[in-house]
Amino acid sequence: MFYRENGQFKTSYRSDQQIFAIAQDRWAILALIAFAFVGVPFIADEYMFRAILIPFLILSLAALGVNILVGYCGQISLGSGAFMAVGAYMAYNTYIRIEGMPLIVALLAGGFFATLVGMFFGIPSLRVKGLYLAVATLAAQFFCDWAFLRVGWFTNNNASGSVSVSNLNAFGWAIDTPLEKYLFCLVFLVVFGLLAKNLVRSAIGREWMAIRDMDVAAAVIGIRPVYAKLSAFAVSSFIVGVAGALWGFVHLGSWEPAAFSIDRSFQLLFMVIIGGMGSIMGSFFGAAFIVVLPIFLNQFLPWAGDLVGVSISTAAVSHTEFMIFGALIVWFLIVEPHGLAKLWSVAKQKLRLWPFPH
Amino acid sequence: MAFFLEALFGGLMAGMLYALVALGFVLIFKASGVFNFAQGAMVLFAALAMARFSEWIPGWLGIQDKFFGNLIAFVLSAAIMFVLAWLIERLVLRHLVNQEGVTLLMATLGITYFLDGLGQTIFGSDIYKIDVGMPKDPVFLFDSVFPGGVLVNLEDVYAACIAALLVVVLSLFFQKTSTGRALRAVADDHQAAQSIGIPLNRIWVIVWFVAGITALVAGIIWGSKMGVQFSLTTVALRALPVIILGGLTSVPGAIIGGLIIGVGEKLSEVYLGPYVGGGIEIWFAYVLALVFLLFRPQGLFGEKIIDRV
Repeated sequence: MFYRENGQFKTSYRSDQQIFAIAQDRWAILALIAFAFVGVPFIADEYMFRAILIPFLILSLAALGVNILVGYCGQISLGSGAFMAVGAYMAYNTYIRIEGMPLIVALLAGGFFATLVGMFFGIPSLRVKGLYLAVATLAAQFFCDWAFLRVGWFTNNNASGSVSVSNLNAFGWAIDTPLEKYLFCLVFLVVFGLLAKNLVRSAIGREWMAIRDMDVAAAVIGIRPVYAKLSAFAVSSFIVGVAGALWGFVHLGSWEPAAFSIDRSFQLLFMVIIGGMGSIMGSFFGAAFIVVLPIFLNQFLPWAGDLVGVSISTAAVSHTEFMIFGALIVWFLIVEPHGLAKLWSVAKQKLRLWPFPH
Repeated sequence: MAFFLEALFGGLMAGMLYALVALGFVLIFKASGVFNFAQGAMVLFAALAMARFSEWIPGWLGIQDKFFGNLIAFVLSAAIMFVLAWLIERLVLRHLVNQEGVTLLMATLGITYFLDGLGQTIFGSDIYKIDVGMPKDPVFLFDSVFPGGVLVNLEDVYAACIAALLVVVLSLFFQKTSTGRALRAVADDHQAAQSIGIPLNRIWVIVWFVAGITALVAGIIWGSKMGVQFSLTTVALRALPVIILGGLTSVPGAIIGGLIIGVGEKLSEVYLGPYVGGGIEIWFAYVLALVFLLFRPQGLFGEKIIDRV
């Protein structure tokens, strides 16, 4: 009844080509962004910012990057954690080694170096595909884990092997309260979200999708696989690298290579698959699901244990968490292999007709 | 020279064990097209079961003899692996037929998490040891050829022999029995196999069970070497380069790949490691496999990949 595009006539190419062609979508997104900037700061408390909102924003950004590579270009990557690490460590090095380096430039520099590394490890994708490629990208993961642990230059020869940054500020604004960190990340996410949304609708996005659907056929109709695949690796690792830099600088503050281990890569891939491959919206859904689920289980299990009169030890809680997490993922893949984004689009489709059956 | 040989032998032994884990991957991939990331979790789960059962059984049954105790523990663990295989087929694979490879991969990652949690909930999360009477003494070989001989760990030799034996048994099973033939048929073409009356579901249970048994054997060997603990799951990650080197669909490839990776890893650690700060074992194998893939995308023995539009 409310969600219907009847009467919204397109009279120019410009209006036909806008990102959200349906007015209701446009307003909903604008309202959502406005709410995120203005509304959320009033209702969220510090714990909410630290534990849920900031990780959610940063990991959505990373998931967005991974989705471009995995969902849009069809190149499965298990090395995203490594690209995050490259982003974080190179941003750190740029930040401390160059005097007076602005924070935002340092973060983007982290993304730039991640791009280089991503393109380098993307070279095998020209020869191998599918699961072979997935294993090949693990090389990036293990190599980076090792390099950041063993090569002293990256950590500024810090004896403990961990690095830390402090006194962040952008354009003279200090970023130290959770609220400021939240807004800082939100700006990044909105900008990159819009960029990505536009990118996948452009010529290059269509090339990626052609490669994903069938690379041989795409090559036959004149799409250069080398260019398409490497550009997907480049864009994806840039976004993932910036997300990694944010994760290190803004969320963690001080970190070691373990923060970007292979588990992080799996986590990002989970987000993409559960959220929906080849959907920008899906990245946000997936990130929300994966970030909130462990926190929820962590709170819920002891409470449920108390309810039935069993006190569950911390170790048991963490093991049960593992089990439920694993089982839920399997269940989810069985029920909706195309992810939450698919549910979303089905819901929208239904809403268009509602309240009529046809 | 003796030093080189020592490193070489060490590499070969380690390679045999990688091959054992890689075999589990290859079996499942061949028969169901599932890239089974849960193999490492299965190794840990099986090893935990074995360790705990052999600890509990003297108390339960009053059997003091170590050999019988271990035997019963082995049978019980194998039974558990069978139940696991059946459950996985019943609850997961059956519902995911015809899904994309990456979805199945993610499903096995879910299984990994589940098994990690389940194993530690049932069997506990401390470090346990498995004692199946493996000799721990090092021996010197080729005393007469080199001064001082070559130091070899007898345990490694036994482990490599067991692994080799298992490989032989498995190849016989695949080549000579009717079940093995059915397995190969399924691996070749699901639909064709089904149309001549091979029950897919039962084959999958069998394959996962066989993979479970290889996981159990690998778990026992690794477990008696370095104790049963959570880090056993990383063994699977060490075995991944082996399968891309050897080809995802080739049993001999898994073995030869395992040996190459084992030797390459050891030699690189010994000769290259000191220059770059050590600890390069873990990524060297991957880089080796990666470079190899650039020249031969289907692996050593994998079937030639033909693309059709």
